[in-house]
Amino acid sequence: MDTSNCYHCGDDCGKKVIQFDEKDFCCNGCKTVYEIFSTNDLSYYYDLQSAAGATPKAIEGKYDFLDTAAIVEKLTEFNDGNLQIVNLYIPHIHCSSCIWVLENLNKLNPFVSNSQVDFPKKTVRISYNSSSLSLKELVLLLARIGYEPYISLDDYDNKKKSVDRSLIYKLGVAGFAFGNVMFLSFPDYFDLSTSASSGGEFWLNEYQRLFRWLMFGFSLPVVFYAGRDYFTSAYKGIRSNILNIDVPIALGIVVLFLRSTIDITFDLGPGFFDSLTGLIFFLLLGKFFQQKTYSFLSFERDYKSYFPIAVTRITSEGKEETTQVHDIKRGDRLLIRNEELIPVDGILINGNARIDYSFVTGESEAVRKESGDKVFAGGKQLQSAIEIETLKSVSQSYLTQLWSNSVFQQDKSTHFQTLTDSIGKRFTITVLSIATIATAFWLYYDPSKAMNVFTAVLIIACPCAISLAAPFTLGNMLRIFGRKKFYLKDTQTIERLAQIDTAIFDKTGTITTSQKSVATYEGMPLSQEEESLLKNTIRASNHPLSRSLYDMLSEQNIVTLDDYEEHLGKGVEGSKDNNHIKVGSADFVGEQQSEENLNTTVHISSNATYKGKYVFHNEYRKGVSKLFDEMSETIKLAILSGDNEGEKSRLEKLLPKLTPLYFNQKPEHKLEFIKSLQEQDKKVLMVGDGLNDAGALAQSNVGVAISENVNVFSPACDGILDASKFQQLYQYIIASKKAMIIIKLSFVLSLLYNLVGLYFAVTGQLQPVIAAILMPLSSISVVAFTTVMTNFLGKKIK
Amino acid sequence: MSVIYVLLAISIVVAVIFFIAFIISVKNGQYDDSYTPSVRMLFEDELVVEKPSEEIEIEKNPTK
Repeated sequence: MDTSNCYHCGDDCGKKVIQFDEKDFCCNGCKTVYEIFSTNDLSYYYDLQSAAGATPKAIEGKYDFLDTAAIVEKLTEFNDGNLQIVNLYIPHIHCSSCIWVLENLNKLNPFVSNSQVDFPKKTVRISYNSSSLSLKELVLLLARIGYEPYISLDDYDNKKKSVDRSLIYKLGVAGFAFGNVMFLSFPDYFDLSTSASSGGEFWLNEYQRLFRWLMFGFSLPVVFYAGRDYFTSAYKGIRSNILNIDVPIALGIVVLFLRSTIDITFDLGPGFFDSLTGLIFFLLLGKFFQQKTYSFLSFERDYKSYFPIAVTRITSEGKEETTQVHDIKRGDRLLIRNEELIPVDGILINGNARIDYSFVTGESEAVRKESGDKVFAGGKQLQSAIEIETLKSVSQSYLTQLWSNSVFQQDKSTHFQTLTDSIGKRFTITVLSIATIATAFWLYYDPSKAMNVFTAVLIIACPCAISLAAPFTLGNMLRIFGRKKFYLKDTQTIERLAQIDTAIFDKTGTITTSQKSVATYEGMPLSQEEESLLKNTIRASNHPLSRSLYDMLSEQNIVTLDDYEEHLGKGVEGSKDNNHIKVGSADFVGEQQSEENLNTTVHISSNATYKGKYVFHNEYRKGVSKLFDEMSETIKLAILSGDNEGEKSRLEKLLPKLTPLYFNQKPEHKLEFIKSLQEQDKKVLMVGDGLNDAGALAQSNVGVAISENVNVFSPACDGILDASKFQQLYQYIIASKKAMIIIKLSFVLSLLYNLVGLYFAVTGQLQPVIAAILMPLSSISVVAFTTVMTNFLGKKIK
Repeated sequence: MSVIYVLLAISIVVAVIFFIAFIISVKNGQYDDSYTPSVRMLFEDELVVEKPSEEIEIEKNPTK
């Protein structure tokens, strides 16, 4: 049987191919989307990129909250009762087809007046006529064509995010002024030593003053607007007794500006306006390069990104109403449907609860709850609808309380001294002492030159090249890592990563894959008929364990069962001819379980005799042992798992000897554990995946989230690593260390240029043109050096 | 008055015009998304033209 792929989504169609319009589809959902597109002249969608679509999911009742006017008001960007503009995040946006179809929404619904996709951010901004098309209908339309928007509590709370474009403005101002000042300096470059008195070129001498004052005019916005950050940073540094690298830079800028102004006022020389504007332009360029953002990723997420905006509340009269999550009060009764998240702690009143707490605890298996049991916020209901009575409000729930920990208020970057800043102190002191000594010498020897020398030293020693080394090295490393699917929040993370000496790993979802797809069979072997019957029985079941077991069993012919019954929470049974099979929990199949087994098991009995069980194991990621072996040579390792000890013996075999393993760790335990390590002066790397690791990720020096799909959400962290690159983690750490060596080498290089410049400065022969040549030259050679070296380093990473 | 003043004035005015154009384009968000327009310009747009004109006229977007 040859397999065909779905025309719409590209998935394997399996055995049940749906034929429509001479094309194959894997399910009715995909076929429907195709029908919608083809009847609305949108089949160009498939020409742009084949199989670009997604299967629409069932969304019945999910967006009912969009009927509430107050919520719509909060979500829309603009709303005048007739026209609404909304910006929706759609995770599925991934190719040009997506852009095209979303920007042609008006063909599907004429009330959509305009839609514009921002591809890097994966958002679409839609303007529509709200009197004819409600937000809910719009969202349902999007969901129906497979572009379901993701709306979370986060969208509700912080609506307007202003974009900070000040760096681009500053760069524009500095670049503009730099270019113009360079042109205006040309007369001086070509006619170096002449002046009116010595009979130089008449034309130049005539307009010298005009040119110089024009340059002065151009430099004003550069110094007072574009260079402003350096003054504030230097001021802050001095106030907290730190001589950071911005101190000598700010000093250099001030001296350059004052000396140049004095020079042109008293007609002493042309001034250093070209160097001044060039310096600030280059510095800002470095800053701009360093600022690489992955706009489709967010490193700042908290529980709000996971939580729904609204839930269904059951009023005292028994009616259902949609209520905003923040409005939930103690004692409210909530209806939680299948696949919905429980937003608050509560008591289960009604229904079969099977709650997936993997978000909260890392425990991979869903927990069964009975009426009267407590349920905690963050759990996801996996079966039919349940009713709960709330015990707390959202912000006081067990999970959300984690975010009130002070760790989340802190910014890691403020406490970290970068390599550049750490040499800033020594540099400033050295430069100031050289300047003082040189000035003292000239005061004695030739006092008229003393001031000239003092300012020249400060000008030429301005650490432009030094402060460019780190932004360009790390900015380039950031891009290289990004190409290798290791996305870091900022360049500082690389510096911190290079210092790591302890690495803590979460288990579930981090070193294991998220699917539990490995199961071993223990017990009496099953006959051919039994296997066939087993596969056909679980075929109809939607239980996740049945699904994964079904995928693992060998191919069987499809037979129609004579009888099939699913017992919720217990198992399934089916019969064919005279054979009867029961699959499910130990009680259900009639086996009294003697030993305590911590792993997930599925028991099987055939014709009332117990046959055996399938034991599910966590599947570890490829290369886990190798990675741990390599890392253990230089880095201390530990496993911190929220799961039970069921996997302990397997882990011990897999990992290097004596790797500490901790189980049953609650989210706040993980945080405390990292904190205690840091108190012993350890630099800790935390690798985790779920919300339960959020505290530890925030507390650690570097928190890296592992993600199977970087487009879905990961908790707040410093870096996101694609799961397929997990075994490369150690290489990335080594590469970061090497990047730091590159920075140090560039420091040496730029100091050599500084020495040459200082020779001119100290001997009192610094001409503006020398400064104007030396400074860009040193900057460019440092940039070239770091770029070549980091690209070389990047090539070596697989 | 020398011609140099005129020339300088012209050159600076031209430069400032371009500078202002740059500032305006940044302000309008043209630098926020540098990827999507590059894809968008490659789409065939004939399909939009062939739409019948009996469409309900929708009020023009006032914020644009």
